[in-house]
Amino acid sequence: MSTKVYAGTEVSVNDEGFFTDPGQWREDMAAEIAQEAGVGDLTGRHWQVIHFMRTEFAQKGTGPTVRALGKTSGVSVKELYRLFPKGPAKLAARIAGIPKPRGCI
Amino acid sequence: MSDKIEKVSIIVSKGSLEGIYPALIMANGARAEGIEADLFFTFFGLDAVHKARHEHIKLATVGNPGLHLATWAGGLPGMSAVMTHYLSRKMDGLDIPPIPEFIEMIADTGAGLYACQASVDLFGLSKEDFIDQVQAVITVGEFYERAAGGQIIFT
Repeated sequence: MSTKVYAGTEVSVNDEGFFTDPGQWREDMAAEIAQEAGVGDLTGRHWQVIHFMRTEFAQKGTGPTVRALGKTSGVSVKELYRLFPKGPAKLAARIAGIPKPRGCI
Repeated sequence: MSDKIEKVSIIVSKGSLEGIYPALIMANGARAEGIEADLFFTFFGLDAVHKARHEHIKLATVGNPGLHLATWAGGLPGMSAVMTHYLSRKMDGLDIPPIPEFIEMIADTGAGLYACQASVDLFGLSKEDFIDQVQAVITVGEFYERAAGGQIIFT
């Protein structure tokens, strides 16, 4: 476990860069995390996924997998991979400050 | 070699339900981790991408000791269909997609789908027999070229 500074605030993250306390996350941190994760500039479509991740996590205590995202976020699997080429669920979770989603599908 | 897997090429050689799913789960899981993935369908594995057959993939109930079913019972007419139906319902409950939907999703993740030339020739098939997501029918040499620099997984 280590710490990072996003938008001027220190937060705790794990070895893979995921927030260990989602409560520390703020929207103004997302842009910096996205740059660091190699996603680049965030568009409205990225934000739709990020907000969806936060909502799902708040309701279920875990982030959705790519399949669940494709079915329910309003963004197709194809587009998800265009937005987050190196793994949509994983990267969106990291940018949204929630733990990495677990699940095999 | 880097300690992180960057690319996998997964060979699907079996045409049974339990022969196909593990490869699909591995390919889909690789893409979810940001790992490049290709699927190469060979021999009976071609059924997984065959237009007329991919919706009718069955669990093998004969010669499958893992089912813990008496050998004679596994061969009863309709047994494979019943067991396939049972397993499909369980999978649906876990949100594991049926094979055609799963393969379409995997193609959408950017994974490449290829059919094996030798098997296509052997079974008298052509590219038109396969779902549109199959990008090409390729030779084993072309497969190795595509797989270069990654891990090869045979299922």
